[in-house]
Amino acid sequence: MTGSEKLEEDDVPPETTTEDLLRLGDIASGSEQPPAAQPEAPVVFDVRDLSVFYGSFRAVRNVDFEIHQHQVTAFIGPSGCGKTTVLRSFNRMHDLTEGARVEGTLNYHGIDLYGADVNAVEVRRRIGMVFQKPNPFPKSIYDNVAYGPKLAGAKRSELDDIVQRSLEQAALWDEVKDRLKKSALGLSGGQQQRLCIARTVAVEPEVILMDEPCSALDPIATGRIEDLMDEIKAQYTIIIVTHNMQQAARVSDRCAFFTTEVNEQSDTRTGILVEFDATEKMFSNPSDERTENYVTGRFG
Amino acid sequence: MTTIDLREDADVALHPSSDVRVTTVTMRRRVRNKLATIAMIGAFLVAVIPLGFVLVNVTQQGMKVVTKDFFTNEIPPDTGSADLTNDVLAKYGGTPTTTQQTSSTQLGIGPAIVGTLLTTLGAAVLAIPLGILGAVYLHEYGRKKRLASFIRFMTDVMTGVPSVVMGVFIYSVWVVHYGVDGKSAFAASLALGCLMLPIVVRSSEEMLRLVPDHLREASAALGVRTWRTTTKVVLPAALPGITSGSMLAVARAAGETAPVLFTIGAAYNYNWRFHGGNVSLSQFIYNQAALTGPTALRLAWGAALTLIVIVLVLTLVARAISSRLSIR
Repeated sequence: MTGSEKLEEDDVPPETTTEDLLRLGDIASGSEQPPAAQPEAPVVFDVRDLSVFYGSFRAVRNVDFEIHQHQVTAFIGPSGCGKTTVLRSFNRMHDLTEGARVEGTLNYHGIDLYGADVNAVEVRRRIGMVFQKPNPFPKSIYDNVAYGPKLAGAKRSELDDIVQRSLEQAALWDEVKDRLKKSALGLSGGQQQRLCIARTVAVEPEVILMDEPCSALDPIATGRIEDLMDEIKAQYTIIIVTHNMQQAARVSDRCAFFTTEVNEQSDTRTGILVEFDATEKMFSNPSDERTENYVTGRFG
Repeated sequence: MTTIDLREDADVALHPSSDVRVTTVTMRRRVRNKLATIAMIGAFLVAVIPLGFVLVNVTQQGMKVVTKDFFTNEIPPDTGSADLTNDVLAKYGGTPTTTQQTSSTQLGIGPAIVGTLLTTLGAAVLAIPLGILGAVYLHEYGRKKRLASFIRFMTDVMTGVPSVVMGVFIYSVWVVHYGVDGKSAFAASLALGCLMLPIVVRSSEEMLRLVPDHLREASAALGVRTWRTTTKVVLPAALPGITSGSMLAVARAAGETAPVLFTIGAAYNYNWRFHGGNVSLSQFIYNQAALTGPTALRLAWGAALTLIVIVLVLTLVARAISSRLSIR
């Protein structure tokens, strides 16, 4: 799947159509999406010198890369190297964590996500997230999917369509169409995770962040989610954290390899970005020895 | 309950550690198991004896006076003096006059039931919304902020304040201020509300804490504001617990005496309004018991039985609501 993807240049000017919508207090519907992927995919995220702190502890330091539109970017690396920490800084989830702090610049279409005039709620409307553990609300399947659009101001008459379309996108519609009013907690783990994806796409975000979305699922459910990612990446920009290198190789266009660096003095571990490149190159001919050791299974 | 032990020196052909039969449990261990079980049952019985005694006694004494009309009759105003007069007459060989003798069919506590329900309702309306909002602030917004910690601490202090202090507090700031008109069901509601508030706050906060954070994150990740997340996801998930906690606080308030004592005033007739003197079951029991005459005591027993039943019903309702609301 990934073999057919072309490698893009990184020097495309940042896309700025959504700039105004992102400003504080402006709750516009984010339905207008930029056109589908062109050979030169525009940059969605431009990350420069990003560090994340928990209190005084620096969890990740000096991360630099760019995320391109309508591509799947995978974060790989051993446990504790800060993949999830970096991912959560993309939609300002760290705001919800006591003591977490982000330094450096994280530009989304040229706007600093951590700028003073950026509304974190509006950021999360555009940058959705699927979590490691399937976390449907204790509501019906229908209400789970309708929840986001309803609160974003969708009309009651539109909800049925939105729910059906979202569930179809998440390849779950056929399995649940006869029990939409039943509790979401009665679904299997794989179905719950696809429901979470449906819930995320229902608010029509531009970016979907996935934090090890398959780690709690069996291989069949994992395969379904991977196929799903391949299908929906034409409409969304996806960033996925995974422990599974085969998964990263299968689904991603670009890959970031993180590892940990031990600070001798304080005996703490800080995550660093080792290499960021096209997935093909990362897995066949990485330029850093540490990446090669990791992807060939000699370490981690 | 059988405890299975792997005896180290099992006298069998099997590998010693693979014999898992019950018979291999050592004598010593079996005896200890028995003793512990007996001790637990014994502790349970000791704990239940006073409760059972109170229940049996109140039911026995109360049933003597309870009739169909007991719950609806108005309160006889002169139970104390009637008893006294009859005592005096009996002492000097006279016969009690029928006008002074209060027959069972005339006894009643209807106004006290109304007063109890009224004051409890008032207290619930005052304390429950405020308490839930307080808990939402503490857990969803304040978290570890200074102000939140301070409020949490003060709430704990308030929980420990003796209920009589709440009564005196409302007496001094409300009853004294309004003079003769100050004593009313509303004043009693205020005092009971003060008593309920910290209970509602802490129990609700505890229930909010039980709502897993991943639900809040899931909602936030959809671009939903914290307030909407709270009202649409967190509160519904915590509702069964919050409801039963609040109902238990209501049940507690319904049975409280001290806060009502100085604040409710007096009434022998039905008063359905929050304004004006009223009477509650707990305060009525206190007053009648203090009169010590036989008629007064009978009334007190009847009222005590009624109060226990009301509290029991409230508790059962709390349970029913919480099991009905919980999402499976």
